[in-house]
Amino acid sequence: MNGMLNVSSSPHIRHFDTTKGIMADVIIALLPAAIYGCILFGFRAVILLCVTVASAVLAEFIWNKILHKRQTIGDLSAIVTGLLLGMNLSPKVPVWVAIIGSVVAIIVVKQMFGGLGHNFVNPAIAARIVLLVSFPSYMTSFSEPVSDAISSATPLVDNTGLTLKSLFFGMHSGCIGETSAFLLILGGIYLMVRRVIFPVIPVCFIGSFALLTLISGGNVGVQVLSGGLMLGAIFMATDYTTSPTMPLGKVIFGIGCGVITFAIRQFGSLPEGVSYSIILMNILVPHINKLTLSKPFGAKEVKANE
Amino acid sequence: MTKTEKILRPVKHIFGGAGLEHHKNTASFESVIMPPPDTVYIPLSQHIGAPCEALVKKDDYVYVGTKIGESAGFVSAPIHSSVSGTVVSVGEKMLGGNCVNCVEIKSDGEMKKDPSLEPFSVNCKEDIALAAKLCGLVGLGGAGFPTHVKLTPPKESKIDTLIINGAECEPYITSDNRECIENFNDVIEGIYLLKSKLEIKRVVICIEKNKPRAIDRLYRMACDHRDFDDSVKLMCLPSRYPQGAEKVIIYSATGRKLPLGKLPSDVGCIVMNITSIGTLYRFITTGMPLVSKRITFDGTAVSEPKNIIVPIGTPIEKVIEFAGGVSEDADKIIIGGPMMGNCVASADSVIEKRNNAILVMKREKEQDATQCIRCGRCVMACPMQLYPAMVESAYNKGLTENYEKLNVNYCMECGSCSYVCPAKRPLTQVMRVAKAELRRQKK
Ligand code: SF4
Ligand code: SF4
Repeated sequence: MNGMLNVSSSPHIRHFDTTKGIMADVIIALLPAAIYGCILFGFRAVILLCVTVASAVLAEFIWNKILHKRQTIGDLSAIVTGLLLGMNLSPKVPVWVAIIGSVVAIIVVKQMFGGLGHNFVNPAIAARIVLLVSFPSYMTSFSEPVSDAISSATPLVDNTGLTLKSLFFGMHSGCIGETSAFLLILGGIYLMVRRVIFPVIPVCFIGSFALLTLISGGNVGVQVLSGGLMLGAIFMATDYTTSPTMPLGKVIFGIGCGVITFAIRQFGSLPEGVSYSIILMNILVPHINKLTLSKPFGAKEVKANE
Repeated sequence: MTKTEKILRPVKHIFGGAGLEHHKNTASFESVIMPPPDTVYIPLSQHIGAPCEALVKKDDYVYVGTKIGESAGFVSAPIHSSVSGTVVSVGEKMLGGNCVNCVEIKSDGEMKKDPSLEPFSVNCKEDIALAAKLCGLVGLGGAGFPTHVKLTPPKESKIDTLIINGAECEPYITSDNRECIENFNDVIEGIYLLKSKLEIKRVVICIEKNKPRAIDRLYRMACDHRDFDDSVKLMCLPSRYPQGAEKVIIYSATGRKLPLGKLPSDVGCIVMNITSIGTLYRFITTGMPLVSKRITFDGTAVSEPKNIIVPIGTPIEKVIEFAGGVSEDADKIIIGGPMMGNCVASADSVIEKRNNAILVMKREKEQDATQCIRCGRCVMACPMQLYPAMVESAYNKGLTENYEKLNVNYCMECGSCSYVCPAKRPLTQVMRVAKAELRRQKK
């Protein structure tokens, strides 16, 4: 021991979890479904995923370079955003559209609002919606899976000839990463076991959606297993930055997402409502947080008329 | 009666907290007694409140237990010599990078007890507090709150529960646990004495689950025949930090929430630390005041962790030397636990009454801080149900007027928020700054 001692403020120990570790866990959880998407849709899907990830990371890198900010690509969050965006694209999307999507997600939605933790909507979803609005024809045409799966339009449009089993394991067309409910749930369980996410939001989201579908007499199995519901509920609605902090807030958020998704699918002209519902609820998060603020321990219960 | 009936479960569980690794490496090692160092430096203010005036001067001869400092203030505790020898100087000294008013005593190595010490007889209720005062007892918390103040509740408050705090929720530290095992009798007799003299109906001894040996002994005690009215109970707390914090332990033991700025007596409780009880009982039976502390010596840079009974005023470097040294790459000395303890700037700081551990840590790789990812873990971990992330963001934006609304004054600086934060934000540190700022605003 030499003379100079390190003097720091308590606590002197920290939990081993880091931002990077959490992001790495999310990537690990997404990988099975992503890889499956690549097998299902072939080479195009591989290219698209690589392009979205690479352009997301590059966009963040260049932004930090130009503005002389501390380099943040090491926290892996850009990879998560890129991967999520890629998984939300139809395999038929041209590469340049995918690049635009990544740049919008990282630059416009994330960095312009102050970077990690400061965006108020989920970057991948916001970018997907921008693409949906700008390039509807590319975004809504789906290719047939290359393996021996049943080919069709997205099952939300045409669900003839689909069994629940094939929906569950994902042998149908759709976006690259959304087809296999099984692998997405597996990833979700991994995240819960690793305590990265709590099951509250996915359960409330999917639960309320399923319940409403059941009441309205819809085909619950098909509705729940198809489209981006699993991907959205497990991986995008649970994004820390854009979901409420308190457990009660999470319940409200999850149910809100489920109800809006149901409303859009049932009454709207759009085949898919998950992205819109999440982004709408994202915007409400600050208000939900305010509503569910807790009193500090030992504070007097303030009466309403005081 | 079965064991489970005797061992209570907590009445209420707090929200939040953090699951820490315990590192209770020294839990089963017999404490070793450290011989007196050549010189001790006994600070004259080891407690919150009025500092003591020295009662001795240069060249006076003092014994172990001789009173060397006293103050007329109520919130204050007398100071006693921890060795026998000659006073070298009285006055300011640089210790641990701070200027400390202390009495420097050169030990003659004989540890002669002060012949005037004699057992203290407790005749009435007030005598317990008096004994605590004469003994020089102070609480373990960072501030060193004199124990006799706690034992002198305002007349109008009705005390119905005595809580014995043996939670020891900080990692590494095992000194309370060892007190309970090694001086079991003192602890138990002390508890019964306090209970009967203070006329308290119920005693709850709270211990964290990770101390099976202490629990076992106390359990057998709880089955003791004297416990005919079933009023002394053992309660097992979950091993989740910060069980030992005063507000938390009162909540666990009684379900009562201690409001901000109130004392335990306002909710009918007195909380005493296990070691304090033992020390108090020893004072009552032998007259020996608080002159040494059991210190847990541990940490990542320590190869031979142990509990050491150290005379108060011993420089930390001497303790380290006695304990067998530390590894080369040690770069931090913490007094107290890793969650709430303070770093010292140099190894010549001395052991005080309120200390219970010295931890020497290796240099650690800096973990990269990122921006807050709003994961909410700090909020979920805060036992006071505060919003550390929001406080930090207000702090970064300079919105100091928000501190009041964010209730920063409730923070007990337990460190849980900083501990769990994956982005490695300095939350507890910011809380401290915000608390100080709020206090300034209110003036
Ligand atoms: S734990 Fe850290 S990263 Fe998470 S919300 Fe709190 S300050 Fe932000
Ligand atoms: S240090 Fe303060 S804000 Fe942080 S967890 Fe403890 S009480 Fe809460």
